[in-house]
Amino acid sequence: MDVFDKLKILTDAAKYDVACTSSGVDKKAVVGGIGSAAASGICHSFAGDGRCISLLKVLMTNVCAYDCQYCVNRKSNDTPRASFTPRELADLTINFYRRNYIEGLFLSSGVLKNPDYTSEQMIEVLHILRKEYGFSGYIHAKAIPGTDSALIAQLGLLADRMSVNIELPSQSSLQLLAPDKSKHSILAPMGYIKNRIQENSTDMIKYRHAPKFVPAGQSTQMIIGATPDTDFQILNLTEGLYRKYKLKRVFFSAYMPVAENTLLPMTDTKPPLWREHRLYQADWLLRFYGFSANELLDQEHQSFNPYVDPKGNWALNHMEFFPMNINRAPYSDLLRVPGIGINSAKRIITARRTTTLNFDGLKKLGVVLKRAQFFITCGGKVPNGLKITQDAMMRALLSEKSLGIYHQHFPHQQESEQLSLFQSPSIIPAKLALEDMQKCLTSPI
Amino acid sequence: MLNQSNLMYRYDGSFDGLLCCVFESYDKKELPLDIILPDTLQTTLFPAKEIRTDSQKANRVLTSIPTKLGPQALDLVRHAFLTCCTQKELYILLFLRLGYRHGPSVMNMLTNDVVNTLVKAVKHLSNESHLLKGFVRFSIVNKALVAEIAPKNFVLPLLTQHFCERYPEERFLIYDKTHSMALVYQPYQSTIVPIDALEIPEPDAEEESFRKLWQLFYDTIEVEGRHNPQCRMSHMPKRYWKYMTEFGPSPKKSLPRLESSITTIIHKAISPPSIN
Repeated sequence: MDVFDKLKILTDAAKYDVACTSSGVDKKAVVGGIGSAAASGICHSFAGDGRCISLLKVLMTNVCAYDCQYCVNRKSNDTPRASFTPRELADLTINFYRRNYIEGLFLSSGVLKNPDYTSEQMIEVLHILRKEYGFSGYIHAKAIPGTDSALIAQLGLLADRMSVNIELPSQSSLQLLAPDKSKHSILAPMGYIKNRIQENSTDMIKYRHAPKFVPAGQSTQMIIGATPDTDFQILNLTEGLYRKYKLKRVFFSAYMPVAENTLLPMTDTKPPLWREHRLYQADWLLRFYGFSANELLDQEHQSFNPYVDPKGNWALNHMEFFPMNINRAPYSDLLRVPGIGINSAKRIITARRTTTLNFDGLKKLGVVLKRAQFFITCGGKVPNGLKITQDAMMRALLSEKSLGIYHQHFPHQQESEQLSLFQSPSIIPAKLALEDMQKCLTSPI
Repeated sequence: MLNQSNLMYRYDGSFDGLLCCVFESYDKKELPLDIILPDTLQTTLFPAKEIRTDSQKANRVLTSIPTKLGPQALDLVRHAFLTCCTQKELYILLFLRLGYRHGPSVMNMLTNDVVNTLVKAVKHLSNESHLLKGFVRFSIVNKALVAEIAPKNFVLPLLTQHFCERYPEERFLIYDKTHSMALVYQPYQSTIVPIDALEIPEPDAEEESFRKLWQLFYDTIEVEGRHNPQCRMSHMPKRYWKYMTEFGPSPKKSLPRLESSITTIIHKAISPPSIN
């Protein structure tokens, strides 16, 4: 089997991993070496599905001892198998890197023989890259659940970022679909990495040249829609992971049916992309906008509103918070207005030092007035001719597409019923959300 | 009183030249309608005044900017000069006039039309240079790395540091087709030189095989069930595709040029003691 075949098989097997970021660490090549990294991360290309290609994302091997039902590489699946030798993979990485195709390597693997053996193979690749080639580019390595902590420690000193995939958001789902993994086997390496990163940060204060342990932090990913876990559960878990395990990112991946199995959604099910999208929106609100998970969803409202984004939904449910005077509101409040993002909030803070802002000025600062106008005033004034009506707000907050779907589903609503959007917006979507859930979920487990 | 004259300035296209226009504008208490390049065809009947570049005058303006407007304003002006913004020269002049009046707080006046125009133009420049840090594709020719780009803004000065830190031991050349300039590097010095044309020669067997491998990787990594060409295009506009390896073999005509010519270009550009 030549490199072409191996690359094809092992890329194909790795592509369902979502993370492809190269962010979180700044460094330049050492003398005689090659490679640098930028804290912002650099995308080198975008695949046909619109996802960023930053790293050479491949598996070491797709031979696997485990039999996780949701995975293409499961033992019982009849698929061509291949393995890179460490040398082959290191050479390929360097050659791609020299031509500026990639930012570095994303190395994951099926479980060959046992977790320890697999990790040793991965360490070998990283060792050749770092020590032989003097490679300072980005390396993201996967910690295989069940690996000995001494090996994880070695891997962590060579890689920039590590990740342990949670895959399924609850213990019961794991038991059912990934019988070889348990909550403990996933969280143990995650906790270990977190502790080592913390120790390392105190070491760095004491010793200037202390070797860096996973300097770009760790991340994880979850599959959405393979199990009946709700958005509320997933978002709470996400928040917990950011707080407790100090993760840099939590990635979500809409489940692509890859296996015929009574426990899983039918193979003709479409991936729940809108759910994944809403989760990412909420994830951003958690990380940058100062929202907490239980502000966005709660026990009664366990699913995201399919029509309105989480921030718009929050604003509609908290009209007492608005209208907000744009010339006085603090930064943290500005972030809560639909149509104002991180950048425009910062620009507002800067610009109002020298002038009083009006609506014309806000437009220049990049505020999306179409959405924001219902929630703000400029020195007590509202925009000329603004009518705060149900229909106008719907048009502003819903995208054209979702407005169309909304009208399809609710064609003959009474005016009074439509107004219910303000009192409890999630009543309307509940119907549709249920349908979607049924579509993407299986029979009750 | 500012003299609103029906007058245009013509400068030599250098940054120093532009600073001399600023000097002239203050010296003669006049505001030009536009500042044009020497080879611009005159489309109006207004007279154009030739501004001679005088390094002493330029220096006086240059040192005054960080002291009167703050170092950030100088950065903004320097970067604005690299952008493809139309009438950037006039906007820079207006910005500096505004700045001399208001001091460093001019950087906060984001709703002012002049400041807003410059800030947006610079954002366009830095976005493009960030994208190109990823989208540049090198071919290996005679052990040197060669790439071609066609950016809208003059991004080479912004790419220099990034690529020098990335490939300190390599020799490389990035040819900017739009501006007919090239960033040339060999350990450990770099320079930007004017180049008329550059043909990248046919790839050899090894180069060809890595291009094929990359194309294979690119095609395989897509999850077909999520095909979304619109999303791809908004992240990576089509104008960049022409120079990217993953979008198929662009059969380059081999010109009678020798393969070694690229090596010679790098040598010629670097060999006299040059600015780093």
